[in-house]
Amino acid sequence: MSDIGFVRTEMLPEKDPPASEVGVIGWVRHNLFSSWLNAILTVLSIGAIYYVLSGVLPWIFQSVWNADSLSECREIMKGTWESTHGHACWGVIRERWLQLLFGFYPNHLYWRPILALVLLLAALSPILFSDKVSSKMLILTTAYPFIMPFLMWGGTIWGPVCAALGFVIGFLIIKHAAAAIGELWAMIAGVVAALIWWFILAGPVAGALSSVLPIGIEAVQSRQFGGFMLAIMLGVVAIGVSLPIGIVLALGRQSDLIIVKYICVGFIEFIRGVPLITLLFVASLLLNIFLPPGTNFDIILRVMIMMTLFSAAYMAEVIRGGLAALPRGQYEGADSLGLNYWQAQRLIIMPQALKISIPGIVSTFIGIFKDTTLVSIIGLFDVIGLASAIRADTAWNGIYWELFAFIAVLFFVVCFSMSRYSMYLERKLKTDHR
Amino acid sequence: MSTLTDPPKEQFRLSMLLYDTRYRSATIQVIAMFGFMLLAAWLINNTIINLNTLGKPVAFKFLGETAGYDINQRLLDYNNQDSHLRAAFLGLLNTLVIAFLGCIAATVIGVLVGVLRLSSNWLVARLMTIYVEMFRNVPVLLWIVLIFAIVTEATPHPKVYRGVETGAMVVTNRGTYIPEPLFSRSLGDIHLFGSSPLRFDVSLDLIAILVVLGLSIFASIKMRQRADHIQETTGDRPKTWHMRTAVIVLPILVLLIALGFHLGYPELKGFNFQGGTHLRNSLIALWLALSLYTAAFIAEIVRAGILAISKGQTEAASALGLRPNRTMSLVILPQALRVIIPPLISNYLNLTKNSSLAIAVGYMDITGTLGGITMNQTGRELECVLMLMLVYLGISLTISAIMNWYNEAVKLKER
Amino acid sequence: MKKSVILGAMTFAGLAAGAASAGTLDDVKARGKLNCGVTTGLVGFAAPNANGEWEGFDVAVCRAVAAAVLGDSNAVEFVPTTGKTRFTALASGEIDMLARNTTWTFSRDVDLKFEFVGVNYYDGQGFMVPKELGVSSAKELDGATVCIQTGTTTELNLADFFRSNNISYEPVPIETNAEAQQQYLAGACDVYTTDASGLAATRATFDDPSGHVILPEIISKEPLGPLVRHGDHEWGDVVRWSLNALVAAEELGITSANLGEMAAGTENPEINRLLGTEGTLGEMLGLSADWAKNAIAAQGNYGEIFAKNIGEDTPVGLARGLNAQWTEGGLLYAPPFR
Repeated sequence: MSDIGFVRTEMLPEKDPPASEVGVIGWVRHNLFSSWLNAILTVLSIGAIYYVLSGVLPWIFQSVWNADSLSECREIMKGTWESTHGHACWGVIRERWLQLLFGFYPNHLYWRPILALVLLLAALSPILFSDKVSSKMLILTTAYPFIMPFLMWGGTIWGPVCAALGFVIGFLIIKHAAAAIGELWAMIAGVVAALIWWFILAGPVAGALSSVLPIGIEAVQSRQFGGFMLAIMLGVVAIGVSLPIGIVLALGRQSDLIIVKYICVGFIEFIRGVPLITLLFVASLLLNIFLPPGTNFDIILRVMIMMTLFSAAYMAEVIRGGLAALPRGQYEGADSLGLNYWQAQRLIIMPQALKISIPGIVSTFIGIFKDTTLVSIIGLFDVIGLASAIRADTAWNGIYWELFAFIAVLFFVVCFSMSRYSMYLERKLKTDHR
Repeated sequence: MSTLTDPPKEQFRLSMLLYDTRYRSATIQVIAMFGFMLLAAWLINNTIINLNTLGKPVAFKFLGETAGYDINQRLLDYNNQDSHLRAAFLGLLNTLVIAFLGCIAATVIGVLVGVLRLSSNWLVARLMTIYVEMFRNVPVLLWIVLIFAIVTEATPHPKVYRGVETGAMVVTNRGTYIPEPLFSRSLGDIHLFGSSPLRFDVSLDLIAILVVLGLSIFASIKMRQRADHIQETTGDRPKTWHMRTAVIVLPILVLLIALGFHLGYPELKGFNFQGGTHLRNSLIALWLALSLYTAAFIAEIVRAGILAISKGQTEAASALGLRPNRTMSLVILPQALRVIIPPLISNYLNLTKNSSLAIAVGYMDITGTLGGITMNQTGRELECVLMLMLVYLGISLTISAIMNWYNEAVKLKER
Repeated sequence: MKKSVILGAMTFAGLAAGAASAGTLDDVKARGKLNCGVTTGLVGFAAPNANGEWEGFDVAVCRAVAAAVLGDSNAVEFVPTTGKTRFTALASGEIDMLARNTTWTFSRDVDLKFEFVGVNYYDGQGFMVPKELGVSSAKELDGATVCIQTGTTTELNLADFFRSNNISYEPVPIETNAEAQQQYLAGACDVYTTDASGLAATRATFDDPSGHVILPEIISKEPLGPLVRHGDHEWGDVVRWSLNALVAAEELGITSANLGEMAAGTENPEINRLLGTEGTLGEMLGLSADWAKNAIAAQGNYGEIFAKNIGEDTPVGLARGLNAQWTEGGLLYAPPFR
């Protein structure tokens, strides 16, 4: 037994890592209590979460749904929990949720705004998910600006059709007259013809057509728009109409033409320098003064105009960012192909610049969409305005948090999904470019 | 874009205005200018005709009339017998106050949250994400209204302090009272602009304090420069911190004693606390709402800025033996700052513009005075709205000028 | 190019909307609808119900005028207006009349160029305090924090009252009534001041109404009434006499219940003249002979409208007080129909 040498001949089996390093405990140690500071932060966070949830959860869930007025709510609360504090009265949402969503839009026509929204998503899909949706859908995208007003306002179908015809006429003239009279004159002729059509011919023609072939749906006045629908309407119209204006402004701002440039810069900086609420004051108080005497169209259209101008300035900046992000070589390449300014813009620059601008456009949209709540200050019935109107009903006077909570959730869901989409897009675009 | 070699001299023809690139731009500009002036003339003409029909020609006389309403939160003296112009001026100051406080608080919270979102603590990072998403995706108007209500509900009624010894600072549901600086041997005030609506009292005590403080800091900087100089020439750095502290602290201490400086504490008298500086709940709620809302955006900017710094920088810093917090403050943040500042400017502008929603909580900013009660009472919409826009435009342009100047200063100098 | 299209479209829309001509009455008849400005919501006075129909005391005036002019009390477009936008909306012709608890004041009548056609509610600014405060008069409110709804004459009256009594106060201006209620209930102010009718309506919604008292002082006169543009006297007359018809109907005992039988002809010549069975009052106004009958049929006479919307049996629970007929000690006094 003198041989005390020891040579291990077989490997020991691998030991499990210490229990404190794996599983739940390990995770907790690493992610929550990795240092004293982190431990304190964790404890503080848990405390804060508990404090908030212990107040909010009972309020949300120990609540009354089946009540037709606040006093009824209070009676039920007293009967069930012996106190009226700390319990929500969701009866108001149950009774008024349709109104909060659609405003005063006629009940039997709710399918129209819903269809308009579905079509909007369909029309946007070829742009937003260009890799998954067939580009044939672009036809719908082109037609949407005319379908949407028809669905929302109703009336005769010939109005939107005639408006669309103006574009068709202009386009046809530009395309076919170019060979005969030169591109420039064709362009001018096309624009002039379209303008003549819109201002002189379109009205009577639409009138005549609708008397011959009265196709149409029930008309709805824009005064009846309201609620969450109004916010979406205002946002979509403002962004949609401001996109072309924004492109023109962005190009103008980058242009070498000094006067054009300064007009554009002046407009953009002016709009961006003042709060939206002052522009809404202009819409509600002053726009009628600036227009020819006797002009009088309703407040929602006026607000749409001002919101469009507002978003055009921001849109111009987003598109300018897109233009600036394009490598200089693209411009030079276009020049070297002998394309003129508009050809280069149309075929090379804009398609790329707009594509990189989409995340920016989406976040502008989110911003505008949230800002539509400001119209309640000038007396329009968007969701917040409607909430005040509901509080003025004798049945619901005195109700406060429930309505705001509902509105906040509504906005959160919509804006959050849009911002997630924009993030997804940003990631996708990043891989495209590197 | 396309430049052509100029053709040899030829006779000028009218069609060259359109077809020759040399002249075409001039043509377009003339047409644009003409169109613009036509549009402006059309608008102005309509305005004049309409105002004449209404019998309300543009006049600013109403600004001199008695306002008749009170403003609770104010920096300068004002009573309801002052003019509308004075009320508007106080409103403007209130706008500037909220914008200034808001920008500072939003930056502090935003940077903190942005850094915490990247924290290794899972719970904290998630909480911060929830905070950011909650604030970014709900309209600011809603937040202002909600936070106003929450602040009011969460703070105690003044009557709970009855018979209780209150400290220097009192938080009630009517606002927060903080001690006010008082001077028993005050130097008095300078009355700027006499008794005009823009009168502005500047406390001489404040000027004296600022002057002394400025001189002390100047002296302290000089001392440090001398120390640097000595270090460069001899290699030894003389200890200066005690001298520098003394230079800053002692003169101001002497001055404060000489002026008889003491703090005025709030005291419960009658319905409310008296004395101290009273920050109304409307101010606090608006401040909180605007800075929390904007901070959510700033946090995202800060996070993006930090993530934009390549990982190699962090690794290099740890290789040099810097601790994580030193890495953050010495290596990452200074570089991230360059990415952060441009979007930060536009967030400051947004905060300032959003402060116009102060009317939702009854904080009397310029929209509440000039664009609110004054406009209601006088019926001078055109004048009030135009003035309001010009004021905001002025503030916005000033902020962007200052911040752009700062941006130039910290920008990476490329050679 | 795009810009010009939009501007063009704007002019086009303007032309299409048609220039507002001098005669509002003809405009309304041609349009077949009355555009009536109301508040964005004030308990008892105007608020949309769950079906989006407007209800309330001011709304009833709009409906009565629409019924008188067009024979249909539903031929009204209600245009919600705020304290800021109401006068502009009326001046620009966006609305034909404003029935939005607007106080009849000298400067509004003369300087802002409007015509108040009468008073449909005599109000006054009052104070509400929690009972536990132990205050019995507004003069004891020295140093109190006062919640005010902004944008009206309220803050001016308040400033005047405290100045003339030489006591101090701390104003807390609030944008909406709902917020003011919330602030007051949370104790952020000691006092809530607005029109007495608003105070009563607000108090009625409290969990514990008996814990709050409305102080006896009424610090201002607030005659609230409908108004029209200055200078269009035909239209002003129509609105004025539609309102008077409601008041006179109550005095003469015409209710929506007995209207049919009264309209068949009665012994009382004034009732006959009012309801169009005698004389040509309708023709003088440029309306049909049964204009007043339609106006009363819309929502009943003044007393019925009052009882239905803000009376003592409603949650608002206002007593008639000053708004009783002159025969019962109130101020309602319709000029004779002859």
